[in-house]
Parts: sequence; structure tokens; C-alpha cells
Amino acid sequence: MQEAVSAILLIIGSAFMFIAGLGIVRMPDLFMRMSCATKASTLGVGFILLALAVHFGQFGVSSRATATIIFVVVTAPVAAHMIGRSAYIVQVPLWKNSIIDHLCDRYDRCKLELGSYAHERTDDPGGD
Amino acid sequence: MKTLLLNLLLTIAWMALTGQFLLSNFIVGFAVAYLILWLAQVEADPSGYFARVPKMIALLTFFLWELIKANLKVAYDVLSPKWHMRPGVVAIPLELTSDLEITLLANLITLTPGTLSLDVSTDRKVLYVHSMYIDDVNEFQRQIKDGFERRIREVFQ
Repeated sequence: MQEAVSAILLIIGSAFMFIAGLGIVRMPDLFMRMSCATKASTLGVGFILLALAVHFGQFGVSSRATATIIFVVVTAPVAAHMIGRSAYIVQVPLWKNSIIDHLCDRYDRCKLELGSYAHERTDDPGGD
Repeated sequence: MKTLLLNLLLTIAWMALTGQFLLSNFIVGFAVAYLILWLAQVEADPSGYFARVPKMIALLTFFLWELIKANLKVAYDVLSPKWHMRPGVVAIPLELTSDLEITLLANLITLTPGTLSLDVSTDRKVLYVHSMYIDDVNEFQRQIKDGFERRIREVFQ
């Protein structure tokens, strides 16, 4: 029973990892690659560590697995967010079929201040 | 906060007494300690703790459900030869005010596959999100505001 559960969890985790890897190759622009890579791999790591915890069934192993899952879940989105933000600032192009870009003209590229509405910045150049 | 600490201490006591340091036993212990503290309160819920715990659980289950749903959607798009994506960057007006709440919202959005929070405006009124599936801009904004933002506000209000 334990064996079967951990095997199923391992397969699900590996499948997510595989999809993440394939997504990096197939997606058309950086932002969508980030979307595939970080999330699917977070879930992949989560499932594989869960399988590990189920397989060993010991306090020491499962507590370490739980702690690792928590750290990955807390840190991965921060890294993804920083990469996405810096990519946008250095003007990595969006995919040509993107339908909308609200962020387009709202950056003050020298000060890196970001207004909430495009027209507000011209009224009040200093931000808040 | 004090009630949460008491709850956790009682849970640890429960785990030590039953001698099983497992996640399942933690959940049972937390539920028992929650019930005991709820019975033992003198005045009705002064810190709002007892109303908050179910809201936290609701936020967590909602997030896990969104995570699975969005993951399957992205997986389908990665595996199928034809793309169905309609990506873009959308501004989402924020009602949350504190740093913690905005950080939590941005992180939850980034953790959901297909969406990536890019930046928060300097005056903290708008969150910019890159999403892979925007059928309708207003509908997408409403989904985020009604889903994650409302639930986070309920936890921290």
C-alpha cells in the first residue's frame, strides 16, 4: 500500500517535471517559459518529496521533506517574480500574439518608479 | 496571535503525549486544541482568531484547487501541438494595503501556473500580472479580485 502510494506520487511528480522541461523548450516567450518552469517544477518537487516521506515513513525524513517543500514554495515565486520583473525592465519582448499589455508605458525607466495609471504620472511626476 | 501560539503549544503537547510526530497527528492535535480553546474562551472571540482559522483553511484549499486546475490547463497547452494561449499583462487594482497582504497575493498568483506577478506600482495601488489565459480583461481582473484577494482580505481583516 505504502509502496503503491509512493510510486504513484513519484510518477505524478516526474510527469510535472517533464512537462516543465518541455514547456521551457516549447513556449514562445520568456514570461510563459517562467510560468511553466517555476510552477510545474514546484509541484514536481513537492510530489517527489511527498513520495519520499511516504516511502520512509519516519519522523526525521518526513519533517525534512516538509521543511524542504515549504522553503521551495516560499522562495520559488520570489525568484520567478524578480526574473520576470527584470526581464520586463530590460524590455524582453512579449509574444507577438499577446493580446494586452497594461504595463507598457507606465515605467519610469530611469527611476524605476511605476505609476498605477498611465496618465497619472504626467500629472504627478514624483509618484507619491 | 497569542491564541495561535497557545493552539500550537497544545498541539505539541498532544503530539508529545501520543508519541507520534506525524503530519496526520499534528492535524488531529491542532483540531483538538482548537476545540478546547474554543470551549475555554471567556468572552466571545476578542481577537477574531476562531473566525480566522476556517478562513485560512478556505484560502489554502482554494489555492490548492486553483493550482491543480491551472497546472492541468498549462500541461494541456504544453503537450498539444496547437496553442490556445492568449497571454498579456493586466493591471489589477488592489484593495489590500499592508506589505504582508500584497506579498502574499503576489506570491500566490506567481505560484499558480500560467500567471506571473511582475510588479507593484510605487503607490501600491495596482499589481501587474502576466497571464497566459486572458479571455476577457475585466473577467480576469474580477476572478483575481473575487478569488485570491477577497479570501486574503477575509483572513487579515
